[in-house]
This record gives sequence, structure tokens and C-alpha cells, in this order.
Amino acid sequence: MGLYIIRRLAMALLVVVLSMVFLALLVHLVPGDPVKIILGPRASEGLSETIRRQMELDLPVYEQVAHFIERAFQGDLGIDFLNQVSVSSIIGEALPHTLILAASSLALAVGVGIPLGVYAAAHPNSWLDRILGALSVSMITVPPFVAGLFLLILFAVHWELFPAIGAGSFSDPVDYLRHLVLPAIALAITWIGYLARLVRASMLEVLGSTYIRTAEAFGLRRSLIFYKYALKNAIIPTVAVLGFGFGNLIGSAVFVEVIFARPGIGTLLVDSIETRNYPVVRGAVLVIVVLTVLANLVADLSYRLLDPRIRLEGS
Amino acid sequence: MSLAASPARPRRAVPGAALLREVVRRPNGLLGLSIVVCLLVVVVFAPLLAPYDPSAQAIPDRLEGPSLHHLLGTDELGRDLFSRLIYGTRIALAVAVPAVLGAMICGFVLGLAAGYISGWVDSALIVVMDTLQAFPAVVLALALLTVLGASLRNVIIVIVVSFAPSYGRVVRALVLSTKENPFIEAERALGASTLRIVGMHIVPNIVAPMFILLAMDIPSAITVEAGLSFLGVGVQPPTPSWGLILSEGFDRVRDTPWPVIGAGLALMITTLGFTMLGETLRDVFDPRLSRLGRWGRR
Amino acid sequence: MTGSQPLLDVRQLEVAYHVRGRSLLALRGVEFDIAAGEIFGVVGESGCGKSTLSAALIGLLPANGEITSGSIRLDGRELRGLGRRELRQLRGGQIAMVFQDPLTSLNPTIRIGTQLLDVQRAHLGGQRRRGDLRRRAVEMLTQVGIPDASERFGDYPHQFSGGMRQRIVIAMALLLRPSLLIADEPTSALDATLEAQMIELFKQLRHDFGTAIVFISHDLTVVSQVCDRMMVMYAGQAVEEGDVQSVFREPLHPYTKALLAAVPSRNQRGERLATIPGRVPSLSAPSDGCAFADRCTFVQPVNREREPHYVAWNGRRVRCNIYDPTSGYQSPPRREDVS
Repeated sequence: MGLYIIRRLAMALLVVVLSMVFLALLVHLVPGDPVKIILGPRASEGLSETIRRQMELDLPVYEQVAHFIERAFQGDLGIDFLNQVSVSSIIGEALPHTLILAASSLALAVGVGIPLGVYAAAHPNSWLDRILGALSVSMITVPPFVAGLFLLILFAVHWELFPAIGAGSFSDPVDYLRHLVLPAIALAITWIGYLARLVRASMLEVLGSTYIRTAEAFGLRRSLIFYKYALKNAIIPTVAVLGFGFGNLIGSAVFVEVIFARPGIGTLLVDSIETRNYPVVRGAVLVIVVLTVLANLVADLSYRLLDPRIRLEGS
Repeated sequence: MSLAASPARPRRAVPGAALLREVVRRPNGLLGLSIVVCLLVVVVFAPLLAPYDPSAQAIPDRLEGPSLHHLLGTDELGRDLFSRLIYGTRIALAVAVPAVLGAMICGFVLGLAAGYISGWVDSALIVVMDTLQAFPAVVLALALLTVLGASLRNVIIVIVVSFAPSYGRVVRALVLSTKENPFIEAERALGASTLRIVGMHIVPNIVAPMFILLAMDIPSAITVEAGLSFLGVGVQPPTPSWGLILSEGFDRVRDTPWPVIGAGLALMITTLGFTMLGETLRDVFDPRLSRLGRWGRR
Repeated sequence: MTGSQPLLDVRQLEVAYHVRGRSLLALRGVEFDIAAGEIFGVVGESGCGKSTLSAALIGLLPANGEITSGSIRLDGRELRGLGRRELRQLRGGQIAMVFQDPLTSLNPTIRIGTQLLDVQRAHLGGQRRRGDLRRRAVEMLTQVGIPDASERFGDYPHQFSGGMRQRIVIAMALLLRPSLLIADEPTSALDATLEAQMIELFKQLRHDFGTAIVFISHDLTVVSQVCDRMMVMYAGQAVEEGDVQSVFREPLHPYTKALLAAVPSRNQRGERLATIPGRVPSLSAPSDGCAFADRCTFVQPVNREREPHYVAWNGRRVRCNIYDPTSGYQSPPRREDVS
């Protein structure tokens, strides 16, 4: 187990380094002058020179890559074009909002999706189960940004129940929460449907196993069997799924942030692309990748730690 | 618990007619198939079905709601929304289908190489695939489109790059588990060439899961394209991508919500149809797979 | 079949499964009784109804199964018709059951100690303190042969070998000193060494706790080594019953004879292994006469028309027209139609 953890960490590190290489090489992937690619054909000479210097584009490619990696590990992601501010600080300001959004959606998805799935497994083929089944398929297929748009139109524009723009500020938590509601729901919808189905299927499978029959044969109460003996086993894959889906969540968060004009790493990314603020684009993508790799790592390890059969291998 | 863990089983040969019957027998399959067929009809007969030219502007009539003249109203340039949505189907599939097919082919080649050649080629390819998968699809697309420039063609390329790794993994897993089979060793001992082994044993085992992944990935690809176009880095105006209709409609949502509603519903119905069809196919071929689910793709 | 009241008394038990609108009878007219402390074997091939019988006894028939007729009395108390709650209290308390595969009988994510405590708590409620319950569990584990039971109390099932896990399940079953233990194929998943150990364990348990055991198996050899009396089942019916020695020495029912003949033995070296030709009749197509008629060496036309009654014969019971003077069977037993 310890060996596995080490191998997994090494792999994660390798992936991060490779991503850095990829991002550093990105401008050189396409034929043409990198500066023109970044700034567009109508860039002024003065600006071009500044950029060329700042991004060290005159150096040999491998040096550019090496410098980028070296600095990235130290937390230095370069200077942005527009305001000559450190990219890391820009991202540092935007990231918390995204993380809060992601955390709230996950909490919402878990808080609604898992109980729904458990309920459906407890009453299979009841009419409620069937409704949930149909509903969850629809939920899974609604793209989050469409859900966000619909929610916005309905609740923010039409009925004016919730704010449509921005995130509020931390100084006013209630206001911040109000701004969080619709975006979080938009992100959570897909996950609720998905989790409900997964938990239901997992529970039903577990309920059919011999050890559940044994528990029944020994006269344990149904509720104990269901919530302790069955759920414990069924929930293990769910944790892993959540972690592995993190990257997907961030991807959808980009849209939701744009739609609701929320500050966050998604809005930052899209805005920077529009303003051709290349270092920010590159830095933001890297941060997202690192977070995704971390989430995957946590998911993988937690899955192995939760299942005693895997955790205690070789004891 | 990934797809890589399932051992290769001999697939039931399911001829076309029997497959169709199985799909239609299930309500989800029937609904999904009907939707997909309708979509294909719309794609093929778009010029006949659309009352107006999707690019025809009529500024005096802009931003109207549904009426007798315009079934779903007009957008900010006076273009008929209904016609644009119809042609949008063509765009959606024109991007998604080649993209997913391309991803499948690339993934197939990579996975085959990784699984069959093994050794450092395998390790290198795995690391590359893992790295690509560490980027959320949209984020990878955004990064690439920044340097490639926004266009329909580039969106296809970007989708190929981000979807290929998962095909690669599935193929690699199948190749590896098929390779373990003793009868493969027997074949080699009898002098069978690599090509023969690949063609006769590996490919048939792969067809079914590929098919299923394809059906499930098309809606993902459609959603990604729509999203990218929505953000402005995908298909460019005046091409009537649903994503563009959404973004233009979003800017003017207080004047008329119909572009957003229409394009949103179009996206939802399309993804629903393909997803239902894909899930039914998965159930038909191997009910065991439906329990594993799929992670982190859409 | 002694003077005093039997521990378990089953009369004319009939169990049906409702499948797609039809009712299929899985058990027909099954009758037997077991005295306290007796080890009673139930033998038969797959599909004869052994598992249905055990499920019916413990009240765990699947949702589409139903006891349609007959009675099951445990210590004089009628079990059929009991409510769910009462059945649940019975299970693990007075009747316990051990399933076939030890590798999947225990919950993999819960420590064995916790599972043992849960069983006790389910029946004893809050009566005892945790320390007492733990002590009882550890004692039981030691008694069934788990070494270092106290240290290993917090271990997970997969940390034990298959044979150990089987013992843990048995320990769980006996924790509350049930009067009846149903063992469904307890040795089928074990190799020869473990099987021998398990046989010893069952005998010891009977000696130590006086538990009556219903020992279900398809393995005649094991049954001969551990059971006092036995019952042979075929196609949902009991076809022969008696003490083990007599049944093995002098099998009555043609099916029993064929089963015994099919057991490979040293003395048959060089000869072909005997089999019983034909197949068990399907539940959905019950025959009018004797269910075994198509495969019986001694079949006569009367057997295809008249279903044999379960008659007494020399202190045993057998369901066969041969031994029923009222059946119309022509003795001596011979084949009428030689085709």
C-alpha cells in the first residue's frame, strides 16, 4: 500500500511536469511567430518587443520550458500583459470564489443525490423510484451551462428572486450566499442525477450479496442492515467518482461563472483569452490542472483507504 | 474500478436486425432512437424544413417573440430563430461526428500501440494520455484555441485531442486482457502474424464498447462545441451554432428569452436522445458495464 | 421420532414460487422431525429443493415465494404465519443459519468483532454491557477454533482464511445458543482437510451446546460421517428418511440406491463411474405419477399414474410404490418395459 502511494504520487508529479512542458510549448506548437500568435496580427512593435522579452521568446525553446517549470514550482507564474502584475496574485484572488462554488455544488449534489439514491434503492420499482429514474436521466443530460442559463432567466430575470450578476463580497456573507445559490444549483444538477443513479445501482447490487443475506439470517434489523451493512459498501465507489469528476466540475464551473458574471478562475480564463493576456491564460490553466490532478489523487487514494480489503492488503 | 478492470469476454455476435429489435424493445432505447432519427432527418432535410434562410437579416423585425411569421421569433438581427435552430443541428453534428470519429481512430491507434507493443512505448503513451486527461476538456480546448484561433475546424481538432485518451485507454485495456488469453499464445506458437491476431481477435472484441462510447461521446462533443461557441472561442458568427445562438440570445435575454430557451431545449433534447440511445446500447451489449458507470467525461 | 416432543416438526410442507403469473411448487408434502441435539442430514442434487427448505424454515423465502400449505413447529410453536418482527427475533436467536460460501458470508467492510456484537445486540437489546458481549463473542470464537480471538477481534474478514471465516460465521450463529442450526452446504466450498476439520467442529458443537443441526449437503460421504439421521430429497419431495447407518447399508428408494452407487470408491478402481441417466423434472412441468419414474431402473406403468405415498417401512420412511402394498406395484421390483 505504501509503495502504491509513492508510485501514485510520482505519477501525479510527472503529469504536472508534463503539463507544464505542454503549456510552455503551447505557443510554439503552431507555425508562425509566437508573439503574433499571442497578440494577434495587429500588435504594435513596442508591445511585441516587451512581450518577447518578458516571455523570453528569444531563448532556445528548451530553456524557456525549463525556466517556466522551475519558476512554476516556486509559485511564480509570470507577469500579466495588461497590468504588469504577478499572475499568481491575480489567480490567487480569483481562485477562492471558484473553490467555494465547487465545494457548494458538491455539497449540494451529495446532500441531495445520495439520499435520493438510497431512497430509490429502498423502494425499488415504486412509482417514486420510476419518477426519480426518469428525472435523473434528464438531469444527467442537461449541460450545466444550459441549466445555468435557464435558472438565470427564470429566477433572476423573470422572478427576480436571486441576483444575476457577481458574487457579492465576503464582508456580507448572506449576500454572498444569495449570489451563490443559482450558480451552485446549476452545477449540482448534473451531479445529483448522476449520484442518485450510481448510489441506487450500487446499493441494489450490494443488497443482493450473500453477506446481506447472512445479516438477515441472523435477525438484524432491516434499518441496520440497510444503513450500516449495505450503505457502507455501496458508498465506496461514490467517493471515488466525486473526486474523478472534479475536473469535469471545474470545466462546467467556467461556464457558470461566465453566465453569472462571478469572479473566479473560469471568468479569469475566458476574459484573459479575450484580452489576449497570455500569461494569465497559461497560469490559470496550469492551476486548474494541478487542482484536477490533486483531486484525482485524493479520489484514488480515498477509494483505496475506504475499502478495508485494499487498505490492508498484505497484512 | 475503472473500465480497465473488466476482462475481455467473448462478445455475443448481435446482428443488425436483432440489435435493432433489442434497442426498440426498451422504452429508453425507443425514445432515444426516435430522437436521433428525427435529428438526422432535420440534418438532411434542413433546407426543406427551415422556412427562412438562417442568415437572412431583417432588422425591422428584430427581437420579436413567437408569431405566425416566425415560429419562435427572431434574434437581434431579425433572423428567424426557428430556421437557425434547424441549421444549428447541422453544425452540431458536423462538429461532433467527425470529432468523435477522429478521437476514436486516434485513440484506437494509440491504445493498440500501447497495449500491443508494451514496454517503454506503453509507459510513455500512458503518461501522455494521463496528462491529457488531467485537463478538463473545456480547459484544454480553451488553451489550444488560444493559439490555434477560433474556428469550426479547430474545434474539431481540439475535441479530438481531448477525447482521444479515453478511447486509447479502453483499447489498451482490451488489448492487454486479450493478449493474456492463452489462445493468443497458441496462435503465435502456430505462427500467426501480428496483423492476423489484431484483426481476428482484438478488433471484434473492441467493436461493441467502441460503438457504445461513440454514442455516449457525441452528446458530450456537441455540448463542448456549444459551450466553446457560447464563450466565443468556437464556431464564429454568422454560422448558426446553438452555442452562438445561446450567447447572442443571452446578451439580449431581457428583450426576448426565446433564443436561449430554443437553443437550450435543442441542446437538451439532443443530448437526451443520444444518451438514452447510448445507454440502451450499453445495456444490450453487456448489462454488466452499466454498473461501472463512466467518470469525468462530460 | 421419539416419544417426547421433537424440537422441529415439519408436516406436509408446501412452498410455491410465483413466477410471471404462475405458481411453481418447489416443495411438496415435505415431512420430517428432528429431536433436540440431533444432526439431521438433508441430501439431494441441485434443484431438489434443499435451499428452498432451508429458506422456508428460517423465514427467508424471497418475495415471490410462499408457504402455501403445511406446518413448521419449533418446540411446539407454529412458525408459519408469524409476523416479520417475530420471525426476525427467531432468526439468530432460536434458529440460526450458516450459508455455503464463507468468502462472501461476512461483510467485508465491517470488522468481525462489530458483526458479532451487532448480532448479539439485535437480540439482547440493551440488556448487556458491551464488555460482556465482547467477552461472550471472544469465548465463542475461541471455542470454534479461532486462535488469538481477542487480539483478532478488530480484524476484517478478508484477513482470515476461508476455513477461519467459516468458523467465524458458525461462531456468530451459535452466539445466542440457538436450539436449531441450519447449515446449508457448509463443506462444499472447502478442501478435503478443511472439510474434515469442519466435520469435527460440528460434532464438537453438538456435544458442547446440544444444538440440533440440519446439515444440508449434496455430498453423501460427509453426511455419512457427521449425521445421525438423514432425509433424501428429489424434485421437491422427501423420498427417503431414516438413520444414516440403515440408509447407507440398505437404501430403499431407487434414487438413493443410484446416489450411493454413484459415489466413487476405492473398490471400483478400473470400472466406469456410475451416473443416473436423465434429468430432474422441471418445476413447471410436474408429472402425474412418481417424479423419478423416467430415470428409475425399477419403473412400472403404475408409477407413471399413481404418485407414491410416503409410507413407513421398518422404522424408516420412503416415498416409493415398491414399498407400498396398496400401490399396485408388482413385486419383486423389476423393469416392466425393456425398451
